[in-house]
Amino acid sequence: MISVSDLSYGYRDTPILTDITLEIPKGGVTALIGPNGAGKSTLLSLIARLMPLQSGRIMVDELKIGTCASTDLAQRLSILPQVPEIAARLTVAELVAFGRYPYHKGRPGAEDLAQVETAIEVFDLQALAHRSLDTLSGGQRQRALLAMIYAQDTDYMLLDEPLNNLDIAASRALMQLLRQMAETHGRTIVIVLHDINYAAAYADHIVTMKEGHLGPCGAPRDIVTDALLRDVFQTDAKVRRLDGKMLIDV
Amino acid sequence: MHAKRLAFLSLALGVAITGYMVLGARGSWSFILPFRGAKLAALLLVAMSISTATLLFQTIARNRILTPSIMGFDALYVMIVTLAVFFLGSRNFLAIPELVTYLTALAVMVLAALLLFGTLLLQTREDIMRMMLTGVILGALFRSLTSFATRMIDPNEYAVIQVASYARFNQIDTDLLGVSALLCLGALLAAWRIRHRLDVLALGREAAINLGLNPRRAAIEVLILVAVLVAVSTAFVGPIAFLGLLVVSLAHLVTPSGSHAILLPSAALISALTLVGGQTLLDRVLGLSTPLAVVIDFLGGILFLALLLTRMRR
Ligand SMILES: Nc1ncnc2c1ncn2[C@@H]1O[C@H](COP(=O)(O)OP(=O)(O)OP(=O)(O)O)[C@@H](O)[C@H]1O
Ligand SMILES: [Mg+2]
Repeated sequence: MISVSDLSYGYRDTPILTDITLEIPKGGVTALIGPNGAGKSTLLSLIARLMPLQSGRIMVDELKIGTCASTDLAQRLSILPQVPEIAARLTVAELVAFGRYPYHKGRPGAEDLAQVETAIEVFDLQALAHRSLDTLSGGQRQRALLAMIYAQDTDYMLLDEPLNNLDIAASRALMQLLRQMAETHGRTIVIVLHDINYAAAYADHIVTMKEGHLGPCGAPRDIVTDALLRDVFQTDAKVRRLDGKMLIDV
Repeated sequence: MHAKRLAFLSLALGVAITGYMVLGARGSWSFILPFRGAKLAALLLVAMSISTATLLFQTIARNRILTPSIMGFDALYVMIVTLAVFFLGSRNFLAIPELVTYLTALAVMVLAALLLFGTLLLQTREDIMRMMLTGVILGALFRSLTSFATRMIDPNEYAVIQVASYARFNQIDTDLLGVSALLCLGALLAAWRIRHRLDVLALGREAAINLGLNPRRAAIEVLILVAVLVAVSTAFVGPIAFLGLLVVSLAHLVTPSGSHAILLPSAALISALTLVGGQTLLDRVLGLSTPLAVVIDFLGGILFLALLLTRMRR
């Protein structure tokens, strides 16, 4: 379980997050949604210790962010940032192999190599494995980054807009993979999504954010309503129900 | 592929070393071998120090144009030595055992490098333009302070530091070879031991944290290593502005790889080959009096401009 209590964060005098208290249950897909600038990426960065905490407390199981050893956390939790920097000259296979670093610290064993192999297959990167990253298309690069996180094989995965650049087939494949990882392996996935249709279709749990505060949270069918879209996103899109599924106007 | 190329570089270096030791020898071998051997050892130490310092610095700065020399590291060391002579007077300066002066200058160097360059590297959002400008400005500042101090110094005392402020390969001061070798090998060993961590750091701050590293601590460790390596090589042969840039760029060309386990030895071999081979060629084969540093800085300077211009256009 990830538990966040009384978390506040700001740049100089501008508050970005205000008194966030939130529990993300273990096992399952939690979608984090909210308008641009709501503080979603900031929240994920703080959970993943990419930025130092200013006030409040974050626990990932028994590990306390800020004091626990970073290497221990790297075996428990991984993050895909919204705009990952890439080391252009690496090949796809080299990048994916870095996902195993927290375990082998530079000396990969047979099991590590096997995991890298699997990750490359799962993200359908075999044909690209020896291409360097700067020769890839945006979506291919995104898949390589996802494969690295997959190879890291952590209980908790924080994905900041992983559908960026992915086509519809790759997007659906990723969401199905995440569901399967949550259901069969008890993985906890926190994913920032802008397309509420994906959140409604694949998430167990939705957390909304607006201007640094938490909004309504709950199961998709309970909280995805016209009112939510109006209050949180200030848009008049309508939610339609079709064969028991929700569809949001585009 | 890389292993083959490294083997070839080692072979070439072996040839260069043999040439350096035996060519143009006149007189008794029992004198020449230890005499040339000490200089060779110093050249090799300098070569490895400069290539390693440059590679480490470029990895944490995540930039292939900046080098410790361009950022003013060696100018800083020359300034520290000059100011020491200026304030203590060469009489005092020489009265203090050389070892003590050396180690003190080294300690000051490490501290100053951490203070000046640490803040620059620890910014979360790296700003290459600002880093470059700061480096250029600091370098200019160190050089003008140095030249100001040298002007104030008694001409007799000036001779003491003159040797410290110009690049020279044929008159290497080998008195401190033992201590320097120890320091230098220590730093090189430390660099080799963190080679896997360096690979991860090269991925960028966020990726490194995600994989369990602490980039801030790593930057400080690397900066200390760089300061020691630059100080040792500057103490030996003086500042050579573009050697590091030249040999590390060549290493990226000859052994293109993201792995420091390959880049570190590759750059070190190329660097040693450049210094030992270049010195043998200029001094022993061609009999030219052109200093090697001039040739290296000429080539390296052209490369620097080329890199800058191609990057600007992109
Ligand atoms: N370095 C910074 N300095 C000042 N303000 C910042 C900085 N980084 C982010 N912010 C501000 O913090 C707020 C939250 O940013 P954040 O990236 O968390 O939003 P987000 O919910 O992820 O938005 P998006 O959907 O656009 O990715 C924004 O208003 C942003 O302008
Ligand atoms: Mg964001």
